[in-house]
Amino acid sequence: MPILLEKRQVVAPGDLIAEGDYIAGDNTYKEKEKIYASRVGILEYETKRVDVVALKSFYIPRMEDIVIGTITEVGFNGWMVDINSPYPALLRASDVLSRPFKPQKDDLPQVLDAGDLVVAKIASYDRTHDPQLTVAEPGLGKVTRGQILKVTPTKIPRIIGRKGSMISAIKQETGCNIILGVNGVVLITGKTLEDEQLAMKAILKIEAESHTTGLTDRITQMLKEENTKKGGKTE
Amino acid sequence: MNEKPEKLIDKKGLRLDGRKPDELRPLKMEVGVISNANGSAYIEWGKNKIIAAVYGPREVHPKHLALQDRTVLKCRYHMASFSVQERKSPAPSRREIELSKVIRESLEPAIFMEYYPRTMIDVTIEVLQADGGTRCAGITAAALALADSGIPMRDLVAACAAGKIDNTVVLDLFDTEDKAGSADVPVAMMPNLNAVTLLQMDGILTHEEFEKAVNMAMAGCKTVYAIQKEALKTKYVTTKGEEESKEEEAEE
Repeated sequence: MPILLEKRQVVAPGDLIAEGDYIAGDNTYKEKEKIYASRVGILEYETKRVDVVALKSFYIPRMEDIVIGTITEVGFNGWMVDINSPYPALLRASDVLSRPFKPQKDDLPQVLDAGDLVVAKIASYDRTHDPQLTVAEPGLGKVTRGQILKVTPTKIPRIIGRKGSMISAIKQETGCNIILGVNGVVLITGKTLEDEQLAMKAILKIEAESHTTGLTDRITQMLKEENTKKGGKTE
Repeated sequence: MNEKPEKLIDKKGLRLDGRKPDELRPLKMEVGVISNANGSAYIEWGKNKIIAAVYGPREVHPKHLALQDRTVLKCRYHMASFSVQERKSPAPSRREIELSKVIRESLEPAIFMEYYPRTMIDVTIEVLQADGGTRCAGITAAALALADSGIPMRDLVAACAAGKIDNTVVLDLFDTEDKAGSADVPVAMMPNLNAVTLLQMDGILTHEEFEKAVNMAMAGCKTVYAIQKEALKTKYVTTKGEEESKEEEAEE
């Protein structure tokens, strides 16, 4: 007895979405052949799978995720990092130094101090242990310049767009380098402050309007308009 | 303070505030009122005014309270010192501590506690103005705040009370009725799953009266639930509506 609500409809926890032989996807749960929503969100479904795209959520670590975190504490052989999640992450000194850590010689606060930002990858995590980070890969490490922006973690896929169409459009139009942390933190580095601010504006627009269609086109259009305006001023 | 009225129900069968026996007080709910909290809700239930806020899931402090297989839910029900006629001491009273525990136990079944081990969820319920039935209003607001914070839930929890005044079973007692009446039965439930999460009784009722009161309260919960859902969806639908109008402008 398959009963489904309309696609792209707002659902609340406890709303009955489907009945019968369906697979309970993200933010839903199944009980006695009935699928209910477990978060406030927008309903999406494919042939057999029912998903709810959450409108508000928090970041739960997953292995291999690229995140941007803030150092909160310098410990004896590593740092505690706030990755915008219920769990604090650990970054080991030997990982950052890429050689064994010698407490007599190495001064940890000189390498990374409380308040510093790092781009890192989740090296390990499961429900019994707090996540561990690694920066031993190209592109990872301490953030030295740029702008930081925080968005709801569920909106990150929307900023990336289908096959990266949205993010590459912003990168191209503004000439900024953008790193999206899966934990909802975005790092933007550009040549000038104006470029960075334009990219930030675009990302905030995406976050606010994430549940509308044709967004990529509108963002590209907005960026192009802004660019011509700017071009007119400098000339 | 008002004196005890002689009759709680008049000849026409109406109550002191003009309600019918099975009528709720006017309800108003709003979601997302505190920007610093992860989720929040405000409720006006008759003359009750209550704010609920949710923080978390976050790290557990002190650490030894953490559970390895589930999250810890902490509830704080508190009445502001100006919430009642006679100033109430702001220190948590016996009644408030008990209500905190009762509210926590009525919210726990709705949350997927096992999803986030070694974390804690804080729920604070602040009663700004009290007029009877604050525990039910508090649970209703707290459930909304939990849903607003993005914590996965089985269903929203809606609560409503029924009681007995002047030998009649009535819905949703207010302060005077509660004090002068002979019984009060608060019920909290997850209406979509048809599961009761809180059932208390204060006073004396016969078997038949009790059954009638519970059924009446459950029907009340369902009305409350509908308003809850609407309030929750309104928050997001309005933002969505604004964007659609913007989109139209862009097309023009």
